[in-house]
Amino acid sequence: MSKITVRLRRMLKPGRGWVIAVPLLWLALFFLLPFGIVLKISLSEAAISIPPYGPIFDYANQTLNVAVTFGNYLFLATDMLYVSAYWGSVKIALIATVLCLALGYPMAYAMARAPAHWQLVLLLLVMLPSWTSFLIRVYAWMGILSNNGLVNNLLIWSGLIDSPIRLLNTNFAVILGIVYAYLPFMILPLYANLTRLDTSLLEAASDLGSRKFNTFLKVTLPLSKGGIIAGSMLVFIPAVGEYVIPELLGGPNTVMIGKVLWEEFFHNRDWPVASALAMVMLAILIVPIALFHRYQSRELEE
Amino acid sequence: MRKPSFTTVMLIAGLIFLYLPMIILVIYSFNASRLVTVWAGFSTRWYVELFRDQQILAAVWTSLRIAFFSASMAVCLGTLAAFVMVRFTRFRGKTALSSMVTAPLVMPEVITGLSLLLLFVHMAQTIGWPMDRGMVTIWIAHTTFCSAYVAVVVASRLREVDLSIEEAAMDLGARPVRTFFQITLPVIAPALAAGWLLAFTLSLDDLVIASFVSGPGATTLPMVVFSSVRMGVSPKINALATLIILAVSLATFIAWYLMRRSEARRRQAMLQDMTAGR
Repeated sequence: MSKITVRLRRMLKPGRGWVIAVPLLWLALFFLLPFGIVLKISLSEAAISIPPYGPIFDYANQTLNVAVTFGNYLFLATDMLYVSAYWGSVKIALIATVLCLALGYPMAYAMARAPAHWQLVLLLLVMLPSWTSFLIRVYAWMGILSNNGLVNNLLIWSGLIDSPIRLLNTNFAVILGIVYAYLPFMILPLYANLTRLDTSLLEAASDLGSRKFNTFLKVTLPLSKGGIIAGSMLVFIPAVGEYVIPELLGGPNTVMIGKVLWEEFFHNRDWPVASALAMVMLAILIVPIALFHRYQSRELEE
Repeated sequence: MRKPSFTTVMLIAGLIFLYLPMIILVIYSFNASRLVTVWAGFSTRWYVELFRDQQILAAVWTSLRIAFFSASMAVCLGTLAAFVMVRFTRFRGKTALSSMVTAPLVMPEVITGLSLLLLFVHMAQTIGWPMDRGMVTIWIAHTTFCSAYVAVVVASRLREVDLSIEEAAMDLGARPVRTFFQITLPVIAPALAAGWLLAFTLSLDDLVIASFVSGPGATTLPMVVFSSVRMGVSPKINALATLIILAVSLATFIAWYLMRRSEARRRQAMLQDMTAGR
């Protein structure tokens, strides 16, 4: 153990507790505790009241609940709308993640191999769009993909098609939107990983007669596994619960769980079903989140 | 000239993919026609209309205030969290803290938004606060997820800091708190600035979480933009987008210039050290 931690231990004994407690308590209160409340409400019955859900602990009549409580989950399991929304979300997020990786990996690779004075510029160029507005970047595609939008006009002008083809309000548009919006978050961890790659290993491989592609497959790819996992999770997990993109670019055939949850909550005002939807989504995502956490904490502690 | 490699081609294609839609957005903000697809000559009328739109201006002011206070609080909390994670080796709750720092980075916004709203409703029922939702609840929500981002940014800088200076300060009798403020803080200041800016943009940009936890009193800019965009393409929004892109590009350029200058200075100093060494 380094000298400083020993000293910190000795001198900060009372203060140390406070330094730890402040962020821990804030996050426990505003990040962890809310999940408990979501779980609780997902087990309660919808009611016409403010707030619109029934009490779980009714002391006057202690035999209630159990029969009622899992009703929301049962409802989700039996209604095909919800099942297909989960399946649709996972499928669309998965396709978008693979496409992001296919585009992002070569980009990150080229950035990591670029001359040193270029790397910062390239990194800023890739990240800059993500610092503007997510909403506006999704909106940009509405004008491009609409029936009288740029792409259709261009195709008609070139004579490839006679009448506009439907591009906006399709699953294709949603996938394109996700790839576009999340690409910087795929590239960032990949780039961070690939710049740390020990180039002497690549030289060794080529000295031993390995071809370029073979070296990539056997050396570079396995060594960048951490970056691939982190980037993919940064795209996949938020994409599963995405609301804005399917709402603006998706069509009637796009059923994604984030949108369904939003509608249950804001339009149907069914808080218990919305809570149950959130809990099931969390259950689906818990493994990817754990995977991301493992990578991230290794990154934080090395 | 050498034939460019496959990855270089992909990088250029990817950058074009990232920037083309934004460039189109900017071009059409100067279109005289209301129809976004027909070019009817150069005009700045949408900018004039944008600045006459009281609803948008009020929302910009609300969003800026929320973003300022969220980013400031997130820097305090995030720095504390980063310091604890990097410098304190073992304590109870370490796994809990690090999970609660990484999970918000990927948590779908609908889940975060819903859970925070239900918390606020629950709190209002049990302890009577917050009675009405608005800027304060958005501030709490934004501070929470932004502090996770700040913690990651600051932690990665904190890990590179040379411990020997801090040790020297403490050997000379400086108390830990003073050492932190006089030695550690100046060294990690660039990371704090980066974290603050990141938190600021994240807060300005958030639609979903704010929609959940806001009340009738507070309408943020993304909410106004979203309700307008849902109806279809609107050139006023293009004008707004252009201004946002301009502001972010300018800030990024300044950051790049500062980083490059400090880099050049460092290289210069290194060269001097090397020549002096000989």
